[in-house]
Amino acid sequence: MNEATPSAEVRTQKLQGLGTARKRVEDVRFTQGKGNYVDDMKLPGMLFGEFVRSPYAHARVKSIDTSAALAVPGVKAVLTAEDLKPLNLHWMPTLAGDVQAVLADEKVLFQFQEVAFVVAEDRYIASDAAQLVEVEYEELPVLVDPFKAMDPDAVILREDIKDQEEVGGHGPRRHPNHVFTWDVGDKANVEAAFDAADVTVEEFISYQRVHPCPLETCGCVASMDAINGKLTVWGTFQAPHAVRTVASLISNIPEHKIRIVSPDIGGGFGNKVGVYPGYVCSIVASIVLGVPVKWIESRMENLSSTAFARDYHMTGELAATKDGRITGLRCHVIANQGAFDACADPTQYPAGFFNIVTGSYDIPVAYLSVDGVYTNKAPGGVAYRCSFRVTEASYLIERMIDVLARKLEIDPAELRIRNFIKKEQFPYQSALGWEYDSGDYHTAMDKALQTVDYPALRAEQAANREAFANGETRSLMGVGVAFFTEIVGAGPIKNCDILGLGMFDSCEIRIHPTGSAIARLGTISQGQGHATTFAQILATEIGLPADNITVEEGDTDTAPYGLGTYGSRSTPVAGAATAMAGRKIRAKAQMIAAYLLEVHDDDLEWDVDRFVVKGAPERAKTMAEIAFAAYNSVPPGMEPGLEAVSYYDPPNMTYPYGAYVCVADIDVDTGVTDIRRFYALDDCGTRINPMIIDGQVHGGLTEALGIALGQEIDYDEIGNIKGGSLLDYFLPTAVETPVWETDFTEVPSPHHPIGAKGVGESPNVGGVSAISNAVNDAFAHFGLTHTQMPHDHWRVWKTAERLGLTG
Amino acid sequence: MSKLHVQLTVNGREIEALAEPRMLLIHFLREQLNLTGPHIGCDTSHCGACTVDLDGKSVKSCTMFVAQADGAEIRTIEGMAQPDGTLHVLQEMFREYHGLQCGFCTPGMITRAYRLLQENPNPSDEEIRFGISGNLCRCTGYQNIVVAIRAAADQLNAAKEAAE
Ligand code: FES
Ligand code: FES
Repeated sequence: MNEATPSAEVRTQKLQGLGTARKRVEDVRFTQGKGNYVDDMKLPGMLFGEFVRSPYAHARVKSIDTSAALAVPGVKAVLTAEDLKPLNLHWMPTLAGDVQAVLADEKVLFQFQEVAFVVAEDRYIASDAAQLVEVEYEELPVLVDPFKAMDPDAVILREDIKDQEEVGGHGPRRHPNHVFTWDVGDKANVEAAFDAADVTVEEFISYQRVHPCPLETCGCVASMDAINGKLTVWGTFQAPHAVRTVASLISNIPEHKIRIVSPDIGGGFGNKVGVYPGYVCSIVASIVLGVPVKWIESRMENLSSTAFARDYHMTGELAATKDGRITGLRCHVIANQGAFDACADPTQYPAGFFNIVTGSYDIPVAYLSVDGVYTNKAPGGVAYRCSFRVTEASYLIERMIDVLARKLEIDPAELRIRNFIKKEQFPYQSALGWEYDSGDYHTAMDKALQTVDYPALRAEQAANREAFANGETRSLMGVGVAFFTEIVGAGPIKNCDILGLGMFDSCEIRIHPTGSAIARLGTISQGQGHATTFAQILATEIGLPADNITVEEGDTDTAPYGLGTYGSRSTPVAGAATAMAGRKIRAKAQMIAAYLLEVHDDDLEWDVDRFVVKGAPERAKTMAEIAFAAYNSVPPGMEPGLEAVSYYDPPNMTYPYGAYVCVADIDVDTGVTDIRRFYALDDCGTRINPMIIDGQVHGGLTEALGIALGQEIDYDEIGNIKGGSLLDYFLPTAVETPVWETDFTEVPSPHHPIGAKGVGESPNVGGVSAISNAVNDAFAHFGLTHTQMPHDHWRVWKTAERLGLTG
Repeated sequence: MSKLHVQLTVNGREIEALAEPRMLLIHFLREQLNLTGPHIGCDTSHCGACTVDLDGKSVKSCTMFVAQADGAEIRTIEGMAQPDGTLHVLQEMFREYHGLQCGFCTPGMITRAYRLLQENPNPSDEEIRFGISGNLCRCTGYQNIVVAIRAAADQLNAAKEAAE
């Protein structure tokens, strides 16, 4: 290396690659109000669509009279199921292989179901006219309790499929309201383990229905260009390519004549994975009327009709020896799927990856069964900032460990440590069929317990309990420990597909002659900062500064096919594709460099941003120089240019994990829970951008706080939704949100090209368990084993009252 | 529906327009003036995504009719940078401290923080949290927003001191 060449450190710094807290490129426009979200779009002649929705949860539609609505000046059309029938679009496929009514066909199955679609010149006129559509209903008995869904005399909800033997290929149905039964594990051996156990515990644990509620609701603008026969749809799509394929399959428009674009997305958290009636109606309206049509959900429509999450009702059992070795796990779940099964789970997994329910523990045998049922509630079943039902599974095992700890009178942290999968057991085969890639749980837990000074917390709690008993305080202290293992990065095509589409992801890179580049991916950011982090991965791989790399996503006309962003899959899958495509670039660059330097390929070595001749560091070609040469002096026989594309099918999932500790103070007279301290240690493998990771953890923990302490989409017995606006649905403000302490360990994934595992969803998974464990722990010495979420003031106060602690 | 004549100043620009009496200020700003920085995140006045600065107060622009804003002076996120493009310190600090992710709450949040610092140039973290509690964010958990506002306050105060 000659003196003019800056040191490797200086050059590495300049790249802003892996591991640097690079400032986000997206922020420049967002901080100036120059984001481009779907509702910001305005096209010439654009009309607005608005739904007429059902006030009833279960009713027959006797008649629909649209004449008064059509008479309103400015109204262009009113669509009903009858109008969609000739196009065969009154029903659409869901991602789970079920079908969903686009507009109610003869009956409605949940409150606020879409019944008609009014299209008008502006949103005020559309909403006026929607009030004037007259629908005559005949009410039917309502079913909201999932435990009654399969009663012999239960009202049949889905008459359209009542004779169908299975839904979505998930096996035989036992009842017209039955969707699927999924069972995994070794039932007989689990029974034997329970028979032989010193102790067993059982608990009924519900995870309430919640909603991801991103700040931006769902919406789209559909525009059919009749001259060219091309349909363009801009919208809130977490998986634009999958939407294109589905749109083509249901509309019969050839796939190359459809362009799906995801502009900036105002948060997704799972809400924007599905295909919704609003998209289909806007497309049909645009085709019929020949002008662009915009549809934007209101918040109430968002909370009541698109994409609930959870609603899992779980019975967990553990068998153990008296010194706390878990010998078996058994679990049964009633899954409330709502009116249509619209879960976004991979085809082979009707209950998602719930079979990660053995958690971070070496449990020799386990058995799990899940019954999915229909009820008169909204469809959905998305992964609210988690990977396909992992949150529910993790919540169950993390609560059950505490329940067992209570029974055995062993400290809950200690019981976890005794049962952890050991470092040397990785790759670890779980009893329910997963191969955990890597981890060092003991080190993570030790670090967490030391940082929070766990023994001191327990001593303080003992003192608090005594003070409470003596009447010196009305506040109870709870300490919640959770240790979660996530399973993300779906996934290997061999076991993960959605509607037959393998869940790979992709990246295409073009290097420009002056040493800058564009990378296009099949994913789409909803705030995760992909434009920043994917450029960082690439900067390290190809030695061009991240600032010189543009990352583009979300336009199906330009991006390579990919399955989109959810389930924390962008980093594990698209991040890997990016690294692999970068390596292809580098391999070609090496040949060009060798030619230019007149040496053999093998005589070169990579040095941050250049190839140097081994033993003669002054002879080198930088990536920027090679980029230029790629367009004018490549070796004879080589094609010019410097481009690569990679489709990455991951060999395995990745398994991020973490140790969380929550300290809460509960006022027994008001039920108010104050999170005094929350410590979160995450191991997400290689850390691409620590600043962004911390931000993801803060956000996920705040969502966890909302879920654990207040969120619920509840229904009354006749199917009226009770949590359908921000008046009732709890979103934490800055005041309720505590300061989050974050920390990390870093055990890379052995099978991922850069060792990264993904982090976006971990804090939601671990956070809910830690907070709920803290609330339950506060009352544990009064014999409480479990109380249901959300732990809002009223419920917590009721718990205190039940235990005889109030006034 | 007959229209009302309204006259107002938005980001220093005089505006005269006709609007339906029932038109909400947020729709007028977004659809008639093409100021799409302020967003719509709810229908119950809870989220604050639509926050603008109106006659020296933070206002959720979904809670008033444009007719009620007749004669008012309004500033939106688009009017936060100086005419030469120099960003407001708050805009810079939000980027510096990662005070945003999806960016949907950001225009309302920065506009609110701007007024907060006018009202209280040296707020404690607690006062910041209380001061922005009418603005919801689903992505950041607020922590870095608080840091960013604190940093902006420090810079503004230092600049003021230097000028004195
Ligand atoms: S849009 Fe939510 S407060 Fe105005
Ligand atoms: S950054 Fe997404 S809502 Fe605040």
